[in-house]
Amino acid sequence: MSLPDDLKTTPLYHLHQELGGKLVPFAGYAMPVNYPMGVLKEHLHTRAHAGLFDVSHMGVVSLLGEHADKALETLVPADICGLGVGRQRYTQFTNARGGIEDDLMVLRLPDRLSLVVNAACKHQDIAHLTLHLEPKGIKVAAHSDWALLALQGPGAAQALAPLSPEAAKLVFMSGGEMTVAGVPCLVTRSGYTGEDGYEIAMPADKCEEIARKLLAQPGVAPIGLGARDSLRLEAGLCLYGSDIDQTTSPVEAGLVWSIGKRRREEGGFAGDGVILAHLKNGAARKRVGIKPDGKAPARAHTEIQDMSGKPIGEITSGGFGPSVDGPVAMGYVDAAYAAPGTPVQLIVRDKPMSAHVVALPFFPHRYFKG
Amino acid sequence: MAVLRFTNEHEWISFDEGVATVGITDFAAHQLGDIVFVELPEIGKAVAKAGQAAVVESVKAASEVYSPASGTVTAINQAIVDQPGHVNESPEGDGWFYKMSLNAPGELSGLMDKAAYDAYLKTLDH
Repeated sequence: MSLPDDLKTTPLYHLHQELGGKLVPFAGYAMPVNYPMGVLKEHLHTRAHAGLFDVSHMGVVSLLGEHADKALETLVPADICGLGVGRQRYTQFTNARGGIEDDLMVLRLPDRLSLVVNAACKHQDIAHLTLHLEPKGIKVAAHSDWALLALQGPGAAQALAPLSPEAAKLVFMSGGEMTVAGVPCLVTRSGYTGEDGYEIAMPADKCEEIARKLLAQPGVAPIGLGARDSLRLEAGLCLYGSDIDQTTSPVEAGLVWSIGKRRREEGGFAGDGVILAHLKNGAARKRVGIKPDGKAPARAHTEIQDMSGKPIGEITSGGFGPSVDGPVAMGYVDAAYAAPGTPVQLIVRDKPMSAHVVALPFFPHRYFKG
Repeated sequence: MAVLRFTNEHEWISFDEGVATVGITDFAAHQLGDIVFVELPEIGKAVAKAGQAAVVESVKAASEVYSPASGTVTAINQAIVDQPGHVNESPEGDGWFYKMSLNAPGELSGLMDKAAYDAYLKTLDH
């Protein structure tokens, strides 16, 4: 397949080609969906050793100015004021209807807040931040000249240590500015696979050099977006645009853990009326794990029915889980069917297929908590 | 002598001594990537030429397999149901999908031979 001419490229475009990556359009960028190893082996390699992912299509944004934390809290339900220096939190930009405009990571640095937002949403996120925060004296700086790499897997720490001894001291959901192979970078111990690992933001012109040094470490292989998706699905992590969107509240999405305790009492964020009501009264539908009983995968938009054939929801992400060695899915069901163990049926190719609601994740998280 | 023909949907069909065998091509298996699920027709099922006969799913997507000819399914390859990865290992050999009797062996003449299929692959932009 030839790629559209107007696709953007990341600083690793030539390296992806050199490594035999199969490049496909993703969020306006030419991105590797897999390398010659293939999605299945890339997935298993990441869980066994370490995988290097180019996620430079995502957006890195700094918020500078006094009380940037308080200002950001008007847009997200997480406790940002209570976030210590060097600590990171997951949250969502909510809208007035209690839905989610994007999900993001927030890291507090000594002089600013550093955000990582999704590629497909980054322009609207930056406009949203600028609209709401600049009148409060906060500077919103998008780092379009930065690249972002993720190094994930049980071997990630060992692979990064020779290039950045300081990174080894980080624990899950912490980060800071430190050098990697002598280059000033922003490193956090976090990711999107359920494994231990890092995300490393760096100047674009240094990205290929650092990527090559990481790939030269024992056990590190380049991994494409295909395995990134199956890894995050097994880890039960949401994909924006599929599992969460402008119509799903963080409560429906099972992201209550990311709403700060103080925020639940005080509100003060977009859509707080709807979201706090969902917290108080329960949401009418919930995101759950769905495990097909057989071998056939159930893909996104598959209808979920109860055992009498009544429609009760829809799959939002589904496929084959290489580490589970079977089909895995998640989706929304009416709250009455959300308990793990509830039998349901999935309509695949016009035929009902038996499945069960299960607790997430499908594959246990293995974060480094110190 | 055995006849081997190909469809532009990337199925192959061989016909030898009254029995036809159907599978997907090397090209199809490679494009799909790691195959994780195969659904085969029931033995005795009547399949129509270009009608859906099987389903193959890779880590990336689900695809339908269309019968290259009309006839009746006489055998299925249970080994690829149990181990779908066998299809990737040998798509045009041990990774066959099903065997069938043909209603009209003459239907095969409308399909591509090996040389025509190879030429067809070269016209695909990949």
